[in-house]
Amino acid sequence: MQTHLPLQGGGLKEGVLSFALIQASHTHRRVTAGKNGPVVSVFDFPKDEKLVSKRKRNLKTAMTWRSPLALVRDALRGQRAREKELRNLVSNLPYEGLEKRKQPNRFFPSNAIKTTKYTPLFFIPMNLFEQFHRLANIYFVGLAILNFIPVVNAFQPEVALIPICVILFLTALKDAWEDFRRYQSDRKLNNTPCYIYSRKEKQFLERRWKDVRVGDFVRVVCNEIVPADLLLLHTADPKGVCHIETSNLDGETNLKQRRVVSGLCISIPDFEPESFNSIVVCEKPNNNLNHFKCYVEKPDKEKVGAGIESLLLRGCTVRNTDHAVGFVVYAGHETKSMLNNGGPRYKRSKLERKLNIDVFFCVILLFTMCFIGALGHFVWLLARPGVPPYLVPDTNGHLDSPSLASFYMFFTMIILLQILIPISLYVSIELVKIGQIFFITNDSDLYDEETDSRMQCKALNITEDLGQIEYIFSDKTGTLTENKMVFRRCSIMGAEYPHKENAIRLAVLDEPESEEEVIFDQSPRPRQMSWSLDAEDANPVGKPPRGSQRRSSVAVHTQTDVAFSSPLETEVIPDKRLLQQISRAESCSSRKTDPYLDFFLALAICNTVVVSMATAQRRRTSVSPRSSQISGSVDTLSNLVKKAGNLLSSCQLTSKRNRSLSEEAVIQCVKMEKTVDTNRHQTCSLHPPSQGARPSAASDDLCYEAESPDEAALVHAARAYGFTLLARSPDSVTVRLPSGEDLEFELLDTLTFDSNRKRMSVLVRHPITRELVLYTKGADYAIMELLGTPYAEHLRGGQKNIAADTQYHLDCYAKDGLRTLCISKKVVTDKVYESWLVDRKKALAAIDNREELLMNTAVQLETNLTLLGATGIEDRLQESVPDTIVALREAGIHVWVLTGDKPETAVNIGYACRLLEEEDLVINMSSKNKVTCTSILDCTLEEVRRHMADPRNVDTTPNISLVIDGETLTMALSPDLQNRFVDLAKRCRSVLCCRVTPLQKSSVVKVVREKLKVMTLAVGDGANDVNMIQAADVGIGISGQEGMQAVMASDFALSRFKHLKKLLLVHGHWCYTRLANMIIYFFYKNVAYVNLLFWYQFFCGFTGTTMIDYWLMIFFNLFFTSAPPIMFGIMDKDVSAEMLLGVPELYRTGQGKGEYNFLTFWISILDAFYQSLVCFFIPYLAYQDSDIDIFTFGTPLNTISLFTILLHLSIEIKSWTIVHWIIMLGSVALYFIVTLAYSAICVTCNPPSNPYWIFQSQMADPMFYLICIISTVVALLPRYTFHVLRNSVAPSPLIQAKHLDRMDPTTRDQWIQEWRSFRGGRPVRRSKLDTPSSSTLEAPDYYPEPLSVSDAMGDDLTLNAVTVNFQRPVQT
Amino acid sequence: MVGKGVASRLRRETMVKDEQESSNRPDNTAFTQQRLPAWQPMLSAGIVIPGFVLIGLAFIGIGVALFVTSQGIQVLEIDYTGVEQKSPCFRCANSNEKNCVCNLEFSIDRLLKGPVFFYYGLTNYFQNYRRYGVSKDDNQLSGDLDYFQSPSDTCSPYEYDNNVPIVPCGSIANSMFNDTFKLYQTVNGVKKQVPLDGKGIAWWSDYNIKYRNPSVTPLKNAFNGTVKPIFWSKPAYELDPTDSTNNGFINQDFLVWMRRAALPDFRKLYRRITHEDYKEGLPAGNYSLEISYNYPVLSFDGRKKVVFSNVSWMGGKNEFLGIAYLVIGSLCVFMSIVMLIVYAKFKFPEED
Repeated sequence: MQTHLPLQGGGLKEGVLSFALIQASHTHRRVTAGKNGPVVSVFDFPKDEKLVSKRKRNLKTAMTWRSPLALVRDALRGQRAREKELRNLVSNLPYEGLEKRKQPNRFFPSNAIKTTKYTPLFFIPMNLFEQFHRLANIYFVGLAILNFIPVVNAFQPEVALIPICVILFLTALKDAWEDFRRYQSDRKLNNTPCYIYSRKEKQFLERRWKDVRVGDFVRVVCNEIVPADLLLLHTADPKGVCHIETSNLDGETNLKQRRVVSGLCISIPDFEPESFNSIVVCEKPNNNLNHFKCYVEKPDKEKVGAGIESLLLRGCTVRNTDHAVGFVVYAGHETKSMLNNGGPRYKRSKLERKLNIDVFFCVILLFTMCFIGALGHFVWLLARPGVPPYLVPDTNGHLDSPSLASFYMFFTMIILLQILIPISLYVSIELVKIGQIFFITNDSDLYDEETDSRMQCKALNITEDLGQIEYIFSDKTGTLTENKMVFRRCSIMGAEYPHKENAIRLAVLDEPESEEEVIFDQSPRPRQMSWSLDAEDANPVGKPPRGSQRRSSVAVHTQTDVAFSSPLETEVIPDKRLLQQISRAESCSSRKTDPYLDFFLALAICNTVVVSMATAQRRRTSVSPRSSQISGSVDTLSNLVKKAGNLLSSCQLTSKRNRSLSEEAVIQCVKMEKTVDTNRHQTCSLHPPSQGARPSAASDDLCYEAESPDEAALVHAARAYGFTLLARSPDSVTVRLPSGEDLEFELLDTLTFDSNRKRMSVLVRHPITRELVLYTKGADYAIMELLGTPYAEHLRGGQKNIAADTQYHLDCYAKDGLRTLCISKKVVTDKVYESWLVDRKKALAAIDNREELLMNTAVQLETNLTLLGATGIEDRLQESVPDTIVALREAGIHVWVLTGDKPETAVNIGYACRLLEEEDLVINMSSKNKVTCTSILDCTLEEVRRHMADPRNVDTTPNISLVIDGETLTMALSPDLQNRFVDLAKRCRSVLCCRVTPLQKSSVVKVVREKLKVMTLAVGDGANDVNMIQAADVGIGISGQEGMQAVMASDFALSRFKHLKKLLLVHGHWCYTRLANMIIYFFYKNVAYVNLLFWYQFFCGFTGTTMIDYWLMIFFNLFFTSAPPIMFGIMDKDVSAEMLLGVPELYRTGQGKGEYNFLTFWISILDAFYQSLVCFFIPYLAYQDSDIDIFTFGTPLNTISLFTILLHLSIEIKSWTIVHWIIMLGSVALYFIVTLAYSAICVTCNPPSNPYWIFQSQMADPMFYLICIISTVVALLPRYTFHVLRNSVAPSPLIQAKHLDRMDPTTRDQWIQEWRSFRGGRPVRRSKLDTPSSSTLEAPDYYPEPLSVSDAMGDDLTLNAVTVNFQRPVQT
Repeated sequence: MVGKGVASRLRRETMVKDEQESSNRPDNTAFTQQRLPAWQPMLSAGIVIPGFVLIGLAFIGIGVALFVTSQGIQVLEIDYTGVEQKSPCFRCANSNEKNCVCNLEFSIDRLLKGPVFFYYGLTNYFQNYRRYGVSKDDNQLSGDLDYFQSPSDTCSPYEYDNNVPIVPCGSIANSMFNDTFKLYQTVNGVKKQVPLDGKGIAWWSDYNIKYRNPSVTPLKNAFNGTVKPIFWSKPAYELDPTDSTNNGFINQDFLVWMRRAALPDFRKLYRRITHEDYKEGLPAGNYSLEISYNYPVLSFDGRKKVVFSNVSWMGGKNEFLGIAYLVIGSLCVFMSIVMLIVYAKFKFPEED
């Protein structure tokens, strides 16, 4: 029997053999069942998934005869197998060589991908079907069909078909080309080589990607791309680790560790795929790149859980690992990367939504006009007393009754006036947007040199929304700040270590970038001067000039793609006092439990930092633009210079050689900082004494790859104190102590970070004490509430209140704008651990709510922590952030900052980035329960209203800012308080939300957007901003340090926050005004032209006659007048970029209703009616009572409309470049050339018009010109005069700005100043005590005064800042 | 040595970097950076005043010229429909008599300067009716014999007459105006026929290119197996018995009729008076127009008239255009005065 084939393979390992035997017996049973039982029984599968799969497998092998019914059944079953929540997969090897229907995994798609839409055979029908999904095409076809009905046709039927055919043909051509490109890339991917295990050959054979099937074993080697989603079973690494880089998927360049599914124990030393006899049970494929649920069921029924940490995703690149073998879980279209391949984002812009309403008005207008036409025809027919010779009866010589004829006429009119519905507008808008995006992405001001990245537009059709933004919601970390974390200070056991030298070093680092506003400006200025002088002096002659140096440093650092490892972040100068403490602790007998050592051990261990060797650097064969632009460690000249300065400061000996070496150190970046040479010179130093002594060769090449910059900063800080993280594997962490001793901790578990717990922990076994220690690191409030007995209790009495002291330090840090983290420790007994482990394992193997279970186990363990200390990490503001925020606010945009930080930190940053101003009235909302929250809201609202109504404040802008914390925000956003909160927020100039979760961020955006009906923009850089970015009308991702998730979810991707200024104020404004004016113009154009035909109906008995040749009508819209509006939409510039940036108030013109509104639309329609009346009736009156024939009469009409329409546009065009001239004059020339050529060639073509020689004869007639001139002038005179008068009598801000723009720069600046103060753009300074201050309205009194030099040098320089209790509930 | 190595490495990597930079950095051209030199016209009162004045004056000039020219054109328009009882054609209009002739007497009190154009005019006649306009066969009219036997569908219902193809087919041809006129000057009681020139009254392009007779001699043979249009009294090849070259589709009157009028009240050129004694125009005196009244117009409230007119470079008499130019020109001048006031009052500070 065929089913026994697996046995015949021979050479099977025992496991497989038994497996096969089990199967055979199953099969046997099943076969008999199949013989006796009804066939239907196949369908009633038992609920047990495992059994089902076995039965299915057996069935497949059992069936030899295939009836059509069986085929259908099989297809149905395949469908069910694919849609089941869980899948059972087995190895393909035992079935190798069998026909397809015997394969166990045949229901799952193969790895071949097909992204093409069409097949060559069915291209035409499928493409047509696709195209007719577009409403416009249906409209066109409907009209063409209407034209084929003889009683209603307006044109020759065949001719009416031409436009739609041309459109369909061109679109089909484009689709075919795109599809062909997709086909080519598919073919290339499908034929990429890979290695699949073959049982016959007993080795991995080279195959193609398309040959990979679910259940295969695939080997990937270093730097190769993974062909399918693989469950990692074996790697070359003895610890079972495989490094991958996911930059192809999410753009993150840091290495990620994947490890072999633990407990399968089949991997040493060589992996035998044939010995794999387990069943892999995994979930249905989904597109979540960060989650995967699966367990492996061994033959002995033991279940081993596996998650995303064991899955190699298709599209990832294997790095630093010689080779790895994986089991294919998902292939082809079911892989996570393919499921993530959504098309481009489609959003509908506000302008387009408004546009659709106006198109609807056009439809109404069209029907009205058609109705008038039909009625007119009816009346006209009734007015004929007899049958005049010009009435043409039908074939039977019979005339339709007037009512029937007018009914038909209605449809004829629709065909005739069809252009009234501007279908071509949609095509034009698309073209305009492509052009606008071209200019945005090509703006060199939005180009970031450091990361070599341009601005990216991901959503192609909302450019104009950028010009209408009213609310901006911004993330703080990484968006406003650099997200380059620098260790600043720490507090251990309640003692503060200010790290003065470190602060000075950072200050020096800042110096060359003088435009950057440093928040924590404690460094003495005079000293900086001398520092940089030192550095200059030290530069020997022959050093390259600064410029080239900068270039080279930039050049070099893009090459080394290591996350978070610029010198700025890696170097920490230790605090002397702390060093002494440590050395005391080291020498002390109780060293194993010393809190100082524990603190630094925790810094070194408690993280997920991957250590890689510089020698094993990733080899990059090609640098794709994406991956190069997000390289995180690019440096500037400043760092290089500072680097030098730093080295100089630490060691007095300097030589040319030394210098160049240090440069090299920077260049390589991975070589941590000290070459042997430099080390030798560092005799005197602030560095730990042990540093010079330690064997440098091993640790110098270390390179830390952290997923978050905080972690990297902490590891580097620990390293500075001699606690060097040497290696990390899934099971162990090695740390070198200052004494030079290497400790290898057994890593029992890592409780990873999540945003609910806001902490992470590692559980290790101390190699010396054999204690189980849990180190936890997390947000202060997340740790503080879990503290058990303070560490210090069994120490000296004076230190009892460590927690209180640390809290005090934390508050100070926060006030300085530092990010705080608490470090704690817990010793776990073996007994507790064992019982906990059981739960943990259960949670790990769970498929349903695994996350929740895992979190519960983590919470379970993280109790009774002992506080070790806290760290303060600095995150510096990005360049020009304050400028940008001020400009945005002047532009009338409300800026909200939503951050997860503590209120103190947030407020401080708020002042630093000028979100809050000193004279602002800051309302601080914080309450624990809803009742207080409600009363605070009411009270504040009342206060604010009174403030606004106060006559003393009429002429001043209300500078009210709101600070609210996450808890209060939740209450304020509850449905009953929502309206009040929004009402309050509306009146605030800026709002700062602290401690908010990602979900809250998005709900804030949603509430504001829906309640206030405003345009919102969200900007963020991290995964926690994705919700917010997607909730807002416009989402902007900053491609910063935290990977690309925000960028992937965004509509526009920037590299710096400051680019937002130009993007909104200049590009946004331009895109909006351009598009708005273009659309208005387009409506005007169509109405003006079509109305000519309409007016003529009054003189031809409403019979649908055209006096213009049909071809010329088509050409008129297609060629003669299409390019100018598109160019207008792409290139017009109402005000120069300099003015828009200099006077942000100009942005307000686009906000709210903007330029494209009800009024402008109807004015332009009315103008169109007027102009068409003029264009028709002046020639009519001029040719009255003459022997003019129809098409000779139509020629001047057509020409006049051309001139009117083009000159109308030239009134609207604000600035004329060479392109404008070429296109405008080109259009006119084209009209004359084409019309002349057409009238010269077309003798009998296109009846009934026969335009032969008509245009020529008209052009020989002076009357033609005279009529054209006067009609054009009369048509445009009102609009022109209106523009002139408005610009003179009441110029709009834009016109005024344009006037200013023409002045020479100095007077212009003067004018801008005066003008802005006149317009009230700049907030008038006012005393903050204008209002009766109440308890709810408190002016900020905690803003730290700028510190003097002497202060900065003092020991407790910032700790004496006044503390204000932010948490204090405000009484009402 | 180390230094050298570093230097060379630096150089190499700088070069690599340069390549990358050029790949991603936007081109710094005036076009891509939207910095093309531009002319920014400023529409404000101060600037447009000269323009308005110039346009106004030019228009007034043109207007005067047009008005004067138009005044110089003499037009004599006589209605002969025969609606009124006293009208000489009343009888013809109200009877179905074939070839009814009526005489219209009129007098000219001063010389109608030549060349005089002799038009016939129709009112309330919708030659621009859509289906009327379609009702012809261009191929047939260009002399293609295939279409003689099977005219185009567009001609329906004037396509076949009892299954015999109609040539020329269609409604336009069928409804051809068939009144004929003879003009006499009464000199001393004697009627002296005024020679009418029927050549060159149609468009040159129609006569020479668009319309063609089939190249069959005699022309009559080409029309074998076809019938004349229903309303016609004689076939197409006998339209002008006096001139054999003026027959068939290139008959001038036929061509004039086939060029459809744009508006329902129209005139069409019938003859020109350019010969012999009347080269200088129609002298003052009494004239008699002999009308062969055939074309029915009362069924649609239409009117028929004859028009004698001389023409200028601007065509026939039309006062509208001259007046329009004068009005608009004056308006422009007036506007410029308004602008001046506005300018004086609201001028933007930097304009001075």
